[in-house]
Amino acid sequence: MNLTLKVWRQKNATSRGHLTTYRVKEISPDMSFLEMLDVLNERLILDGDDPIAFDHDCREGICGMCGLVINGVPHGEQRATTTCQLHMRHFKDGDTIVIEPWRAAPFPVVKDLVVDRSAFDRIIEAGGYVSVPTGSAPDAHAVPVPKASADTAFDAATCIGCGACVAACPNGSASLFTAAKITHLGLLPQGQPERARRARAMVETADELGFGGCTNIGECTAVCPKGIPLATIARMNADYLGLAATGD
Amino acid sequence: MSTEFYRTGAPIEDGKAPDGVIAERWDNRRFAAKLVNPANKRKLTVIVVGTGLAGGSAAATLAELGYDVKSFCYQDSPRRAHSIAAQGGINAAKNYRGDGDSVHRLFYDTVKGGDFRSRESNVYRLAQVSVEIIDQCVAQGVPFAREYGGLLDTRSFGGAQVSRTFYARGQTGQQLLLGAYQAMARQIQAGKIEMHPRTEMLDLILVDGRARGVVTRDLVTGEVRNHFADAVVLASGGYGNVFFLSTNAKGCNVTAIWRAHRKGALFANPCYTQIHPTCIPVSGDHQSKLTLMSESLRNDGRVWVPLTGGDTRAPADIPEAERDYYLERIYPSFGNLVPRDIASRAAKNVCDEGRGVGPGGLGVYLDFADAIARLGRDAVAAKYGNLFEMYERITGEDPFETPMRIYPAVHYTMGGLWVDYDLQATIPGLFVIGEANFSDHGANRLGASALMQGLADGYFVLPNTIGDYLAAGPFEPLDDAHPEVADAAEAVRTRVAKLLAVNGSRTPDSFHRELGRIMWDYCGMERTDAGLRKAVGLIQALREEFWRDVLVSGESEELNQQLEKAGRIADFFELAELMCIDALHRTESCGGHFRGESQTPDGEALRDDETFSYVAAWEYTGDRPVLHREHLTFEYVKPSQRSYK
Ligand SMILES: Cc1cc2nc3c(=O)[nH]c(=O)nc-3n(C[C@H](O)[C@H](O)[C@H](O)COP(=O)(O)OP(=O)(O)OC[C@H]3O[C@@H](n4cnc5c(N)ncnc54)[C@H](O)[C@@H]3O)c2cc1C
Ligand code: FES
Repeated sequence: MNLTLKVWRQKNATSRGHLTTYRVKEISPDMSFLEMLDVLNERLILDGDDPIAFDHDCREGICGMCGLVINGVPHGEQRATTTCQLHMRHFKDGDTIVIEPWRAAPFPVVKDLVVDRSAFDRIIEAGGYVSVPTGSAPDAHAVPVPKASADTAFDAATCIGCGACVAACPNGSASLFTAAKITHLGLLPQGQPERARRARAMVETADELGFGGCTNIGECTAVCPKGIPLATIARMNADYLGLAATGD
Repeated sequence: MSTEFYRTGAPIEDGKAPDGVIAERWDNRRFAAKLVNPANKRKLTVIVVGTGLAGGSAAATLAELGYDVKSFCYQDSPRRAHSIAAQGGINAAKNYRGDGDSVHRLFYDTVKGGDFRSRESNVYRLAQVSVEIIDQCVAQGVPFAREYGGLLDTRSFGGAQVSRTFYARGQTGQQLLLGAYQAMARQIQAGKIEMHPRTEMLDLILVDGRARGVVTRDLVTGEVRNHFADAVVLASGGYGNVFFLSTNAKGCNVTAIWRAHRKGALFANPCYTQIHPTCIPVSGDHQSKLTLMSESLRNDGRVWVPLTGGDTRAPADIPEAERDYYLERIYPSFGNLVPRDIASRAAKNVCDEGRGVGPGGLGVYLDFADAIARLGRDAVAAKYGNLFEMYERITGEDPFETPMRIYPAVHYTMGGLWVDYDLQATIPGLFVIGEANFSDHGANRLGASALMQGLADGYFVLPNTIGDYLAAGPFEPLDDAHPEVADAAEAVRTRVAKLLAVNGSRTPDSFHRELGRIMWDYCGMERTDAGLRKAVGLIQALREEFWRDVLVSGESEELNQQLEKAGRIADFFELAELMCIDALHRTESCGGHFRGESQTPDGEALRDDETFSYVAAWEYTGDRPVLHREHLTFEYVKPSQRSYK
């Protein structure tokens, strides 16, 4: 199929960006979205143009490195799918596709479609862990964990930290990301001792980094490639408000 | 000895290998190792390159012990290291099921699985430490799969008849890595780890023969910089991307360890490559990487092809009697759970016979119909849901409705920098952990053992052994003006400039694809003398063309992904040649290294223990490499012809 792409080009963090139009031909429906960009880039290089910079690594939906706003939707229309997993069979001949980077103040553009998401690392550093130095652990079977808690914790723990939730949120909130970690650790017995402190430190750090507040719009869940539910945010709020101390 | 391809040097020995009863060796070594007192630890700095399971766990643990750590990765966050993609699980000899597992059995399975080309002492230690890993990870909050009673669930993996693989749905690597990443985050917050994401190590700094630092390029600004330390740990992962198409992430590379190799670290068993049997087949020329479908699927999926070639019927229309469940037929006792090397070759054989399925006949079915009938759709979804979804995203087909199509793909590299029992390379002060070293898997790695090794190295082994070296520190302070430092940095700048200056007519990727093709054809699932000789010639010619005709766009002082690629490909060329030479010199078959000339009458790998019971450790010379042999002895597991029948 033949497509028209409108791609955000921006030389570096300080320059102004703009959409540039490219035409790509003979795109196979079996290609992934990023492979389609690879094809374009190979051509740009040979034409003496600057290829388009975009982040990616695993190309199988787990590292969280990729992330493009495709026709206005982070990771594109297909639900529960990262950009690298999106395949061209979901487009049709003659389509125009607009491709932009994540847009949120705490995620400044580095170049073209690449943004700086290190603010997410700062949120985890604030308290997204259990403080157990290596070698100090009891036997793994010492504390049974109810399957239901383990499963719900796991669902939250599958967050890949891609940032689509922030990009989709009109407030630029990092609530889904932050809540996913708070929920994961807060549901497990191992996470209890630090639960209240963790929630406070992470939420406050997100605020300081300039992420917006949550007004329960739900755009985040809709674009989340791992389908992290909105209910995690309610848990976060409960922990933040101190209910954790009483064990909710 | 000397051939047109290599020279032979003095044999080497593992100077730190303890002796005595195998079960006591690790204790003995820890007791004999010098300790660094807590006050001195604060004065010592350790560089850790890589934030995967190996590097992440090492950085966190070293920082907890009190060392100052500087940590590097090329991704934008340490959490994205390629370990994140591991799916199936992690082995540990917990014997929670009471099914006959033990440290000794895990040790035995691993030595045998590695086709008797690994060190007994190392493997035994790995099996011992495996038990602590699970405890550590659970305490960190890793949400492993659990049973209704709240205890941990396990499953079986290839090459084992016990159920010792712990897992977190199909995302075990992700959950373990996030555990290590969070442990790192705690130390970053505490100011004990200085984290450098989007930073690539481009050379090793040696001063007075010791590893004292790294030269890096900041991938955002292009700035080339020196970082100093008292010891350097490389945890940079595997080099499967030399084949271009592999299950590795796009950025996986050999650069860090190859640069150290050029500076004198011996490279062990470079040709030992693991080709994983269950990957999604190539769909066209645009293919940029291959996706693994976890081995755990072979617990419940049955592998088959049509009985006769040229059968183009849809799988559902082929009656049972006209299907060949060839693994179950040839290997009745292990069936679909034979080790990877065996499953891969069997798939290649049936496809070579013209019985493959899908485009180009390069595929076999992995069928869940029986499992769905036996366990129900929901139970199958609970176990493999995310893998089925991943398959559906890529192929557009639903494995609940139609069997998966799979084909072998390059997955893991058992080879890597040579290290002693302390995980120290032949350069003093250089330690190598995780997939980047060669240590524990011999000629073939068993499923779910890489995660185990990475975490064993990083959490439990290195933090204990590195002190023995660091006890002699801190070493002389360094600055950029030191002649050996300035030379290393200058060499990096020159090389970057050289890549940009070629300004030829072919893209870096076009070279990488062509190199990968050569490697797959001649140094892939089956290797022959004639093929490997041919490959060496082709690689040399292509490398020469690369330096004459590569076109790297952009500049060095900016984010330049083409420049990153080109630098990695340049190192892959050199590695590729060494892999072929190693494969050429080892005229036996063993594990993942299958030489067409060396097989049993029924087509299995035929080892030659008399001649080849050694680790091949190669020295870089710039000309023909020099082979140093480390002889392997087996006191506890008698080498035998592996049989999974
Ligand atoms: C798809 C897939 C599934 C797998 N599933 C399993 C499984 O179920 N069980 C199992 O046991 N094993 C599995 N494996 C194997 C296992 O995941 C890897 O062997 C293991 O995770 C490697 O860990 P590592 O820490 O050594 O390296 P990696 O996780 O690859 O980390 C390498 C690190 O080094 C950094 N780095 C590399 N080069 C440089 C450089 N030049 N400069 C700076 N930084 C650099 C990277 O940024 C990264 O942080 C799987 C592998 C793949 C590919
Ligand atoms: S590239 Fe890893 S999630 Fe897309």
